[in-house]
Amino acid sequence: MILEVFQNNTFINLSYILASVLFIFGLKMLSSPDTAQRGNFVSSLGMLLAVVVTLLSKEIVSFQFILIGLIGGGSVGAIAAVRIKMTSMPELVALLNGFGGASSLLVASAELFALTTSNLVAMIAIGIATIIGGVTFSGSLIAFGKLSEIMPGKPYLFIGQKILTGLVILLLLLLLVQFCSGIFFAEILFGFDWINEQYALILLIALSLLLGILLAIPIGGADMPVIIALLNSYSGLAACAAGFVIGNNVLIVAGSLVGASGLILTNIMCKAMNRSLLNVLFGGFGATDSSSSSGEGKVQGDVKPINIGDSYLILEAASSVLIVPGYGMAVSQAQHSVRELGELLQDNGCEVKYAIHPVAGRMPGHMNVLLAEANVSYDVLVEPQDVNPIMDTIDVCIVIGANDVVNPDAREDESSPIYGMPVIEVDRAKTVFVLKRSMASGFAGIENSLFFKQNTRMLFGDAKESVSGLVSEFKS
Amino acid sequence: MEMMLLLFVLVLSIFLGFELINKVPSTLHTPLMSGANAISGITLVGAILSSGGDSSSITITLGTIAVFLASLNVVGGYLVTNRMLRMFKKK
Repeated sequence: MILEVFQNNTFINLSYILASVLFIFGLKMLSSPDTAQRGNFVSSLGMLLAVVVTLLSKEIVSFQFILIGLIGGGSVGAIAAVRIKMTSMPELVALLNGFGGASSLLVASAELFALTTSNLVAMIAIGIATIIGGVTFSGSLIAFGKLSEIMPGKPYLFIGQKILTGLVILLLLLLLVQFCSGIFFAEILFGFDWINEQYALILLIALSLLLGILLAIPIGGADMPVIIALLNSYSGLAACAAGFVIGNNVLIVAGSLVGASGLILTNIMCKAMNRSLLNVLFGGFGATDSSSSSGEGKVQGDVKPINIGDSYLILEAASSVLIVPGYGMAVSQAQHSVRELGELLQDNGCEVKYAIHPVAGRMPGHMNVLLAEANVSYDVLVEPQDVNPIMDTIDVCIVIGANDVVNPDAREDESSPIYGMPVIEVDRAKTVFVLKRSMASGFAGIENSLFFKQNTRMLFGDAKESVSGLVSEFKS
Repeated sequence: MEMMLLLFVLVLSIFLGFELINKVPSTLHTPLMSGANAISGITLVGAILSSGGDSSSITITLGTIAVFLASLNVVGGYLVTNRMLRMFKKK
């Protein structure tokens, strides 16, 4: 009797509304540091509610497979979340995006096989969910491969790439129209009588996967934050499309919230690079001529190396220090030593801030996560627009494994590919230390005139070793 | 008509999403992304219906794989977001 109340469709739908409200509040709270952790909890309650009432639904006749999936997937996810190192966070986020997309694709496919009558709306929804889910899945796998260095991180370009991508998109659209209308041109033209919806679905999946690969392989290391944010958005849109397939509002609400938040992040990343999304997706930035634009007959001058002892003397006398971390800090895992150096400087009466560029690292907020892991308080992390106006008053900038985001060419050299990109203007500080392995150019493959400035000193070597060296100088 | 209702919900929620999070401090970019990603695992609801429904074995098989992937997405996403947010402290 009581069970019947819970199995009632009205009850289930009311619960879905409540779950949607919890998602909305959760996401709202996630966008402010003080409430973020509670926000995540609120949104997880929404998810729990949605899952539990779905399990109560009368349509469910057997639980064994559901339980296998829930327990299996849940435990793999839990283990991954607990075990993952903070430096590997970009890979995990990429992979989770991909799984979300794949799941929506599978829901759509499963629904196609369950359809009893042909239904135009359902077919359109299945087609779209399949395409977005497939692109999200294969694109995320490529991003995962590049981030975890299973694949080379450089942009991969070949002749006719854009044409091939365009062709695949065209074929996908054509196939989608056929899939929905049930009219198969191949059948009419060539008399293939084996082409039905299910074969068309397989073709649709294959082409979507191919499109995801084609969209992700030209993305280079430094552009990774954009593609990660974009795939995040797609994973939401895929869930949204799956919502249309099963006619369920909670999927549509939750999916479009995620789609919107991913798009906002994508937009923030693009603005931080002063590039359009199309340019990021198809520009193949950094794969092409790195030598032609900069350094053309321009005398760059000599770099001035410095050793740890001398750097210590300058830092010891400094009253304000700005630390600018980049991907290099993540690679050498220097974040803990950096925090230690920051604390020692503070004890020495120096004001220490960390300037973080939105696209530093391999995903949005990458540096913030690493510094938080190393126990750096988030209120000493500042954004470029806050620190640039007071740059002249800063005694020392320590650039740790950052390159393109501190390149003065973005302001000074109109021929530079990154001209116009908002950067952290470290060259305006009194002294700049650049911690760098060697003189090789950054991921965008662009020369950096910062290294040749009068007030720049190069501290060559592994970032972690250099910072640890400075730490021991301070301690001795 | 039901289709129109779903579309209505879609359009409103997209606008809501943009209004809700138009300003995010960069400190929270990663947790927001992974937290949002966990929410996108809501497709789990659809997966459960396919996996446990009274339908053909192919639907059940596809549904079960979808349940597996979506629960991985949901559990992994929420836990890893929580782990990150625990580290974000003001001292």
